[in-house]
Amino acid sequence: MGSFQSLPDDHQYRTLSLKTGFSLEQIAILHNRFKQLSQNEETLRRDDLKTIQDLESNPIRYQIIEAFFDRRNFQKDGVGSVEEIGFEEFLTVMSYFRAPAHHITEEQREEIRRAKLRFLFNMHDTDNDGTITLEEYRHVVEELLSRSGALGRETAKGIADAAMLEVASISVGPMAPDEFYEGITFEHFLKILKGIEIETRMHIRFLNMDTAVFCKQHSV
Amino acid sequence: MELKMFILVLGLLVGSLMPLGGASGSPGSGTGQDECKKNNGDEKNGNKTTKKSFPVLSLNYENVRLPFEISLWVLLASLMKLGFHLMPRLSSIVPESCLLIVVGLLVGGLIKLVGKAPPVLESNIFFFYLLPPIILDAGYFLPIRQFTENLGTILMFAVVGTLWNAFFVGGLLYGVCQLEGTNLAGVNLLSCLLFGSVISAVDPVAVLAVFEEIHINELLHILVFGESLLNDAVTVVLYHLFEEFTNAGTITVTDGFLGIVCFLVVSLGGIVVGAIYGILAAFTSRFTSHTRVIEPLFIFVYSYMAYLSAEVFHLSGIMALIACGAVMRPYVEANISHKSHTTIKYFLKMWSSVSDTLIFIFLGVSTVAGPHEWNWIFVVATLVFCLVARVLGVIGLTFVINKFRIVKLTSKDQFIIAYGGLRGAIAFSLVYLLNPKHFPMRNMFLTAIITVIFFTVFVQGMTIRPLVDLLAVKKKQETKRSINEEIHTQFLDHLLTGIEDICGHYGHHHWKDKLNRFNKKYVKKCLIAGERSKEPQLIAFYHKMEMKQAIELVESGGGSKLPSAMPSTVSMQNIQPKKPPQDRALPQLSKAREEEIRKILRTNLQRTRQRLRSYNRHTLIADPFEDGLDEILIKRKKMKELEKKISQMNNYLTVPAPPADSPSVARARLASDPQAWGLKSVTEIPTIKVELVSPQNPESVKVVDEFSKKGSQPKGSEEEGGLTMRVPSSEKQRKDKTPDEEPQPRFMRCLSDPGPAAEDEDEDEPFLP
Repeated sequence: MGSFQSLPDDHQYRTLSLKTGFSLEQIAILHNRFKQLSQNEETLRRDDLKTIQDLESNPIRYQIIEAFFDRRNFQKDGVGSVEEIGFEEFLTVMSYFRAPAHHITEEQREEIRRAKLRFLFNMHDTDNDGTITLEEYRHVVEELLSRSGALGRETAKGIADAAMLEVASISVGPMAPDEFYEGITFEHFLKILKGIEIETRMHIRFLNMDTAVFCKQHSV
Repeated sequence: MELKMFILVLGLLVGSLMPLGGASGSPGSGTGQDECKKNNGDEKNGNKTTKKSFPVLSLNYENVRLPFEISLWVLLASLMKLGFHLMPRLSSIVPESCLLIVVGLLVGGLIKLVGKAPPVLESNIFFFYLLPPIILDAGYFLPIRQFTENLGTILMFAVVGTLWNAFFVGGLLYGVCQLEGTNLAGVNLLSCLLFGSVISAVDPVAVLAVFEEIHINELLHILVFGESLLNDAVTVVLYHLFEEFTNAGTITVTDGFLGIVCFLVVSLGGIVVGAIYGILAAFTSRFTSHTRVIEPLFIFVYSYMAYLSAEVFHLSGIMALIACGAVMRPYVEANISHKSHTTIKYFLKMWSSVSDTLIFIFLGVSTVAGPHEWNWIFVVATLVFCLVARVLGVIGLTFVINKFRIVKLTSKDQFIIAYGGLRGAIAFSLVYLLNPKHFPMRNMFLTAIITVIFFTVFVQGMTIRPLVDLLAVKKKQETKRSINEEIHTQFLDHLLTGIEDICGHYGHHHWKDKLNRFNKKYVKKCLIAGERSKEPQLIAFYHKMEMKQAIELVESGGGSKLPSAMPSTVSMQNIQPKKPPQDRALPQLSKAREEEIRKILRTNLQRTRQRLRSYNRHTLIADPFEDGLDEILIKRKKMKELEKKISQMNNYLTVPAPPADSPSVARARLASDPQAWGLKSVTEIPTIKVELVSPQNPESVKVVDEFSKKGSQPKGSEEEGGLTMRVPSSEKQRKDKTPDEEPQPRFMRCLSDPGPAAEDEDEDEPFLP
């Protein structure tokens, strides 16, 4: 591929760049990576992602992989999950991890916050009913502590219970004994994670220059 | 009795003072000693004088002079600190450091009036006794996460910023000195550069003193404070460099190159020395489980040794101390007892507070004492150049840094960083150390430095607080760390690492994750005792939180009063599972058995009802059995609420047992497992009295609900009585297959007898209307 791009690709990249906000170079690099992962096929499957070595030691790898195949992350009202994704969906999911630009208005910042937190929410809400129930939250904590064996499993329940209690008391306040807190809705989720500045913390640096490209050029 | 003793002693005192009455009155001399000697001398001379009585009370000040004076100073410092806080209005306008300097000035003036020479802040005392506690306190409690996130920025400010400041100020001062009209021709370039390097360093003591009071947001705090800590390496190197050059006389390019190498050696060497001592301290703390009392001592001594060892090799002692504190903290905290942790915290805070106070008082005293040489032009020029250099440096560096930062520094931030560059006692002490032979204008330097220090501490220190308010700079958020945030911080870390792996490049998160895994696998096993080495961070955080809440609960009076930290407004019963109760893993009953049970119950209940009717038809309108039932139900409800509260506390206070205990815990859980009771309860149904449940009190049923989840709730032991009823109705639910009818099952009579639910085809008449 190198720095020479054929015209149709260029046009496609431009539309993608407009949609996701990545620069053309970043898209090119990510496309290379996509091709590498999918073994030069057009679509990516779950097994392709599972082959990544470094992901093995990650306790939440299944949730991460699932997030790539979750329709809710592709567009606003998608439901369910797919078996394989194309480059556009790959890039869309990646765009959740872009850093916010420096000069943006408050509303834009808030919008970015909501989008990122929506991504996190979708990762937790596995049955797509709009709330994170106690069971789902317990599952999240158990996965996080999955490397600690039995001790982790026992404490995970306590931790998840405590966390739910906290959310309930922050979002709803005092509750009578016969009221029920169904689960964490998206609004409550926004509220409890207000302390973490998500828009600045949830990002990774995307490379602007593919160092592999230079090596290839030299070898050619 | 005591009064008599007191009078006796007083009498003896007076009696013994009489012979001493003739002795000389000067308080500073060892009158007692002289007296004795004189007496002996007299006796040797042949008993010319009468034999003096045994001196019951004698005055011997010289012996205790040094410790006495030190204690007096420390006492004075502490009393001053006490006094300032009793005048809240004053301390809200003027920062403490200013007040202390003023007190120092007064005390110095007083001493001078009396005619004695006021003590000067000796550099030895300062560097070996007064500075280490402050730095250790800062290093031990350094917020590592923010520090490492902003490390690039901090290093830029510390290294490049200080170098820029030093050369700018030194160079320009040299230029000024060369001007005609000033009598400063004797100041050569090297001296100016030395002076510049000393005065350009931001002082951690002053920064801490001022920034602690204004509660600025964490980013700015860590930037300025981190810079003040890390620029010590630069200052040390430049200082020794220029000092050596002044002795040598000539500079060459190799010397400049060596200077750079020296800088790397000094800073990295200091860090390495500190890290070694930190690891040693962590390792030692692994074995202190039987001698908890001396645990804090190890921390203090190892840290101090790190500092002194670094000073031996002219490495940066401050960086060694910071590295030592930061490295040992996570391991030591996992090993030591809670009390030791509190002890360490309080001792460090106490010592650093006293040091801090003493330093400022001595600064004031030294101002009065020190030899001064006032030169208008030099001093004013120094002041102006320092300020200008700082502002220019910050602006220039921020411009470069912002290209690499995600969270950019705004101009407000830049202003605060520039304005917060306070100078302090380190600069003073360094100049004081200069040899007057090589630096004939040392006194002038001293005067200039004191002026700059006074200016920054007084003017900048006093005005920074209103400026912060005026510019609406973000302040520190006093929120408590919530467990949700902790969970999500961990989650985010793993998520971002995973995404980086998918992207294929080894970024910041990847290396952090690798370091964490290395730490967990090898380092923690060595340095942390016992089981805690395997404890993941989330669990450690949760335990700490539970412990804090347990302590708060006890302190707040215990009982059913729950501490405010806990969400006492919501209890577990409010968190209902989304899944309907029929998914509960309760033992399955065959259909036939179910029918049988229902039949038995129905007949029993009908019989009871008939009995009731026969009793009450003529005598009472209201059914006395029903009345009695109500009372019993109210009592039971109250009991259940009490148990609820207890179980709520249990929910929070139960620290999951370490694996060693897990068999017993598992046993306890098994004992209370409703599933274990399930089968037994079924056989008991026909004989159980009816009154346990009523439609009018759904709460009691609800409570039962919550604790019979999936058999996994260990705290449902109190509710097993009610659970016995639950079994058949759950079957009912399963039969009905109404997953959305959640509120309804709650109201179902726990009795198998069909309740008012219309969908039930086995409906006869409701048991209780």
